[in-house]
Amino acid sequence: MLSIFTRLADWIVYSVFGMSPESRLADGLHFFVEDTTKIFALLIVMIYLIAWVRAAVNIERVRDYLSGRHRVFGYVAAASFGAVTPFCSCSSIPLFLGFTQARIPIGTTMSFLITSPIINEVAIVLLGSLLGVKFTVCYVAVGIGAGVLGGAFIDLIKAEKYLTALAATAHGSTVATGHANPDPVKMSFRDRHEFARDELKTIFRRVWKWVLIGVGLGALLHGFVPEEFVVEHLGAGQWWSVPAATLLGIPLYSNASGVIPVAESLLNKGLPVGTTLAFMMSTVAASFPEFMILKQVMKPKLLLIFFLLLLTMFTAVGWIFNLINF
Amino acid sequence: MKIQILGTGCPKCNQLYQNAQQAVAELAVDAELEKVTDLNAIMAFGVMVTPALVIDGQVKTSGKIPSAEAIKEMIQ
Repeated sequence: MLSIFTRLADWIVYSVFGMSPESRLADGLHFFVEDTTKIFALLIVMIYLIAWVRAAVNIERVRDYLSGRHRVFGYVAAASFGAVTPFCSCSSIPLFLGFTQARIPIGTTMSFLITSPIINEVAIVLLGSLLGVKFTVCYVAVGIGAGVLGGAFIDLIKAEKYLTALAATAHGSTVATGHANPDPVKMSFRDRHEFARDELKTIFRRVWKWVLIGVGLGALLHGFVPEEFVVEHLGAGQWWSVPAATLLGIPLYSNASGVIPVAESLLNKGLPVGTTLAFMMSTVAASFPEFMILKQVMKPKLLLIFFLLLLTMFTAVGWIFNLINF
Repeated sequence: MKIQILGTGCPKCNQLYQNAQQAVAELAVDAELEKVTDLNAIMAFGVMVTPALVIDGQVKTSGKIPSAEAIKEMIQ
C-alpha cells in the first residue's frame, strides 16, 4: 500500500523533473518527496483516529486514577498514560502541581513527564513507516522504561526536598481534587468528530514544519554524506560515540517529528541502532526550554540531577542496544 | 459576566483569548475579559491543562481552544 508513495516520487522526480536516477540530487529529492507525502498522509489519518478514541479521556481522570496507588504500579501506569496523552510543554507546570496536590508521588509525576514527549501518535507513525515495526517496538519500550526508571530514581533520592516553594506549597496543601471536571464524559458522534478535527488541525499545524526540516536534513544526509564516512567513524559502535550522540541531542531542540527522518537516514548509512536511539531520545526528551519551564518547580540541584539522569539513561540504552548488536 | 482565560502565556492561550474576545464582540454582551497567568491562581481553579476558559467562576474547558462559535454557545 505504501508503495504508491514510491511510485509518486518516481513520477515527480524522474518524469516531471526529468532527472537522471543516478544523480545525487535526484536521489535526495526522491527521498524527500517519498517521505513527506507518505508521512503527511499517514499523519492525517492517524492523528484523526487517535483523537477520536482519546476524545473522552481527560487529565483529571488520569490524576484521580493515579492517586493513592502503589508506587511501582504508579510508575508504569503514569508512563503509559504519558505515552497516550498529548504533551504541550506549556502545560507541564500546572500538570506537575495538580498531580502533586493530589498527593501523587513526585516520581510518578516524573514518569509521566519523561515519557509524554517521547511517545505520541506522530512518533509512532513516523517510526512505523520509516524504520519498521521492530524499531518502533524498541523505541516505545525504551520510552516507557525510561519513564519508569527515571520516576523510581526521583523518588529514591526523595526529591520532595528539592522542590521550589511553589511546588512545596502544592505538595502540602489539601485542595479538594476533582471539582473541575469540565469535559462531559459522554460524547456524541459529532463531539468526537469535532474534537478529532480540531486535534488534527492543531497537531498538524505544529508538526508539519518539523517534518519538512527533518526530512530535508535526512535527504541531505541521504544524498551527500558518504556511507563509508559514517561506518568508518561511528559505525563500529565506538564506546564514546553513544554519550557523544546523547550530548549532541540535548541542545538540538526538536520533537519526534523532526528527528525521526534524520534517524532513518543515519541508520541507512550504517549508524548503529543503539547510538541512533540515544540520539533520538535525548533530542526529544531533554531540551533547554523544557528545563527553563521546570525551573519553576524544581530547585537547580534537582534540575541538574534530572539532566544527568536523562543523560545516563539514554547513554545506557545506546550501549546496551549496541552491545547486543540489535 | 466575567470571562477568564487561564494560562501561562503560551501561543495557545493567546488564541483562546482572541476567540473569547471575538465571541463577546459578536454577541455584544457586557463581559469583562481577564487573562490569569499566576500559577497559584490557575491551580486554585483545579486546572491542570492550559489554556482553560472560565466563565463566571466556572471552568468550561481546559486543554483545548474552543472556537468563537463554541464560546458564544457557552456564554448564552
